[in-house]
Amino acid sequence: MKFPYYPGCTLKAQAKNFEISALTTCAYLGIELEELDKWNCCGTVYSLATDDLMKQVAPIRVLIRAMEKGQNELVTLCAMCYNTLARANLLVRADEEKMEKLNSFMDDEPDYDGSVRVLHLLQVLKDIIGFEIIMQKVVRPLKGLRVSPYYGCLLIRPKGVAIDDPRDPRILEDLLSALGTDVIGTPERATCCGSYLTIDRKEVVADNAYRIIMASVERGAELLVTSCPLCFFNLDSRQKEAKKLHPEMKQVPIVYFTQLMALAFGLEDSLGFESHYVDPRPVLKEKGLLGGS
Amino acid sequence: MPERIGVFVCHCGQNIAGSVDVEKVRDEAAKLAGVVHAEDYVFMCSDPGQELIRRAIHEKNLDGIVVAACSPFLHKETWQNIAKNTGLNPYLVEVANIREWVAWPHRNDKEKATEKAIKMVEAAVAKLRSDVALQPIKIPVKKSVLVIGGGIAGIQAALDIAEAGLKVYLVEKDPSIGGKMAQLSETFPTLDCPQCILTPKMTELAHHRNATLLTYSEIEDVTGSAGNFKVKVRRKATYVNWDKCVGCGSCMQVCPVEVPSEYEAGIANRKAIYIPFPQAVPNKAVIDPMSCLRLKYGKGCGLCAKECPAGAISFKNNERFEELEVGAIIVATGLEVMDASNFAEYGHGKYKDVITGLQFERLLAPSGPTQGRVIRPSDGKVPKEVAFIQCVGSRDPENWNPYCSKICCMYTAKQALLYKEAVPDGQAYVFYIDIRADGKGYEEFIHRAMSEHKIVYIRGKVGKVYEEEGKLKVVAVDTLTGKKVEVNADLVVLATAAVPSPGVKELAKKLRIQLSEGGWLKEAHLKLRPVETLTTGVYIAGAAQYPKDITDTVAQASGAAAKAISFLSKGYVEREPLVAKVDEDICSGCGNCVALCPYGAVELTDERVAKVDEALCEGCGACTAACTAGAISLVNYDKRQLFDLISTLVRR
Amino acid sequence: MRNILADSSFCSRNSVVIKVFYVKKGQPIDMVFPLSKENIRGRFVNKVLELSGQDIFACYQCGKCSALCPSLERMDLLPNQLVRMVQFGREEVLGSKTIWICSSCFSCAVECPKGIDIASLAEALRLMQLRLNVDHLDLNKIPTEDLEELPPIAIVGGARKFTA
Repeated sequence: MKFPYYPGCTLKAQAKNFEISALTTCAYLGIELEELDKWNCCGTVYSLATDDLMKQVAPIRVLIRAMEKGQNELVTLCAMCYNTLARANLLVRADEEKMEKLNSFMDDEPDYDGSVRVLHLLQVLKDIIGFEIIMQKVVRPLKGLRVSPYYGCLLIRPKGVAIDDPRDPRILEDLLSALGTDVIGTPERATCCGSYLTIDRKEVVADNAYRIIMASVERGAELLVTSCPLCFFNLDSRQKEAKKLHPEMKQVPIVYFTQLMALAFGLEDSLGFESHYVDPRPVLKEKGLLGGS
Repeated sequence: MPERIGVFVCHCGQNIAGSVDVEKVRDEAAKLAGVVHAEDYVFMCSDPGQELIRRAIHEKNLDGIVVAACSPFLHKETWQNIAKNTGLNPYLVEVANIREWVAWPHRNDKEKATEKAIKMVEAAVAKLRSDVALQPIKIPVKKSVLVIGGGIAGIQAALDIAEAGLKVYLVEKDPSIGGKMAQLSETFPTLDCPQCILTPKMTELAHHRNATLLTYSEIEDVTGSAGNFKVKVRRKATYVNWDKCVGCGSCMQVCPVEVPSEYEAGIANRKAIYIPFPQAVPNKAVIDPMSCLRLKYGKGCGLCAKECPAGAISFKNNERFEELEVGAIIVATGLEVMDASNFAEYGHGKYKDVITGLQFERLLAPSGPTQGRVIRPSDGKVPKEVAFIQCVGSRDPENWNPYCSKICCMYTAKQALLYKEAVPDGQAYVFYIDIRADGKGYEEFIHRAMSEHKIVYIRGKVGKVYEEEGKLKVVAVDTLTGKKVEVNADLVVLATAAVPSPGVKELAKKLRIQLSEGGWLKEAHLKLRPVETLTTGVYIAGAAQYPKDITDTVAQASGAAAKAISFLSKGYVEREPLVAKVDEDICSGCGNCVALCPYGAVELTDERVAKVDEALCEGCGACTAACTAGAISLVNYDKRQLFDLISTLVRR
Repeated sequence: MRNILADSSFCSRNSVVIKVFYVKKGQPIDMVFPLSKENIRGRFVNKVLELSGQDIFACYQCGKCSALCPSLERMDLLPNQLVRMVQFGREEVLGSKTIWICSSCFSCAVECPKGIDIASLAEALRLMQLRLNVDHLDLNKIPTEDLEELPPIAIVGGARKFTA
């Protein structure tokens, strides 16, 4: 199975480990993610103004690239790209006038026809592969690893683009159970990390990270699992600031769901743990889940 | 066939006279053949206007009248009543609608409008000349009423009907009557014991010589029409012989199976063989075939049968059907409350200590599963901090129901008050958006709850409830102070939205009545006819029409009963005689009309001619259009009359 | 191109908006809100309604949006109060801390029983100032080593949300 794949900027920079672990685990499951050969910034964050069509040019241009591939789906990894592309898609599908205006403005591009379906990798894993199959393909069940799934915002809100029930999502819990972990839920699993406030309001993000991580730690989690590169940065790197504000805080490693999948599938070359601020390797070695060095 | 016709042209103030030259219309009408009187007046429907018509009929010996005025929808009955009271046959009255069809649409062209009005009067006169005098069709009715639903609404209606001397059948799907009222702990604002005030009515009804209870039964099919309904009732299989059962309850003691009890709203269990509650009427046991071991597996157990002193338990499938013939039907199927599991932000039903208002009633009830001790379902401890959340699933057009469920503000206040009386050192919080206390004594009751019992009312919808260290964290914002508030509750009670009883949609189809938005039974007119439906002979009462408290329910039930009694009081109903008639000499017996009739009112006799059942015919005219021989046609609307009408209108 | 560029009509507004925008913290709060059709049917409210596309007047102040807002403790006006102030035509909301601490997480939008997206309202209020060509975020003021460690999506997102 092959899917056109849109990486977005960060997966080529700080979140390289997310991309590598995703590509190898997908290949293991028989999915080839074929990167679009020409792509531009998705235009995150989705503009909420009713009169600002200019801000939709970038995401629609990406969808045109996807449309050219001839397949109806476009798979994304980054939650922010997913949200922006999916919402832009909904906007033009619902409003013919806006679609026309955008198409006529981008007169150097083929007209977008609304045919592309934007998917996040989690949806592919759930609906196209199926978690039972994933469970069967696990070679090393992550027994005894106590993980807390963290959804962030943009995969499950707003309702129109949510990949699962915004009030009670289960998709990460189900995937992590299939990998053999002990899944620990928390009331903060969908609380915003602070997103782009991390630029000049580091203390806000640090405070949020503290709250989110402590809610998991109090319930016995050893690891938090995310699906968004910005959430990852805010929960991982900003633990430095969080520790300054709350000295009693315990440092907790943050991982991407694809890294845990790689671990469970025995694909140790593509884990990418070296770039984390809080190293997850000690906890994993302690559980006997990481062989060798 | 009138030959002395009077034409009355109304000005309707400026409504008609402003765009039509009414005097000219009157003058032209006077010239028509068959017209012996023509006059005009400012408001024909007013007292003096009506008097003019009366006088003219009397003085000029008129044998038919044409009123050129507003739509017949509004006033045809008025003109017909004048005719009736003056001894003129009311079916020799024609209306020319020169307001909605002439004056209002053609305001800008007085000349053309007047021309059209004159034509319409001419056409009306032409039709009237070939009309015949008719008498309403009298159909004898059955002096009996079927009440569907055995809650307080059904019980009250049935009692009123029985007391009026009519026979009443009450069909209830549960094994006992009593409905939601029987499940309550106390009623607001009087804090009466509902079982105490309800049971006398239940037993009175059960023993009334005019009443028959058919419990554990459902409506299978309804045919016929107003005054003569034939209802097929399915008496569900009880597997227990009710003639023998004395309601001693020994069977329940020995039954090994436990399942959630419907009467206890799921917070306690019942046995597979059960009497729903101690005051059940009738006090008879039924076996639930889904949970009974003997019925599920065909063998084994049978402990109840061995224990039964009356030998009443047969395990035989005694389902049977009964046919009832009734003149009127009252639908009082009540309401249900939404289950807590619907609401993801309040725990999706996962937390045992997040319960609905109805479940809390059972905890409070002195005869309930905890004998009125308020304890947490999870661990039996007494809760010291209780949060009551209103508007769960109501007033929420985006996610659930847009309507207000009406009773929750009051029952929540009552529950909080009763909780404080049961646990004086506990604290109760009510999270609300508005407080609706619109009955007698209601506002005073809310005051009592707040003032005497220090119940804290927080104005803000709860965002979420989650479990933390054995307590339930309730997170909301008090919009009045603008601050976030958090309660570590031991128990959370959700006032979930009221919804129509399940199965109402199918029942409405069988009865040919409509439902409003939200699935509530639709009344004929929201303001003026709240207990009738648009289907003659079928009435509605109680929460089935819209959520309401016991006071309003009882009032509405008596209202519906009065309507039903009045409808049947003459012993017959009168139907409009504008039905189809067959000229048997012309009828070829092709049967087209039989197949087409949507009311099943036409059939072929043994002599192969069509025959119309006047009781069922609604005068729609489908048969008239389809008849190839021209043998069947509507009385006073036959084909020749219509041709005359049309040719009058198009003639230059 | 003209017809899809941002609506700039609000920029040619008179000085009233600019005055309010520069209200500094510590200014005495009005204790009386005079209400009339001038402020409730006035330019400010109409502009907010148009720009946000939200049915602001459907709000019945249940407060569920505020109950779930993760940034509540850092705000001066609660999300429900923001809506209320707009309903009353109070332009000083443009000077609130609230609209700049909002991270567009949409928790409020998902919960609202009336389907109002309060995040879009906050965005409209931000835009009414950004479109006066006033940045809220100056990337030049961020130390280079901070910029280097930030994921690109943070910078792109922040720039698109907080700059003109």
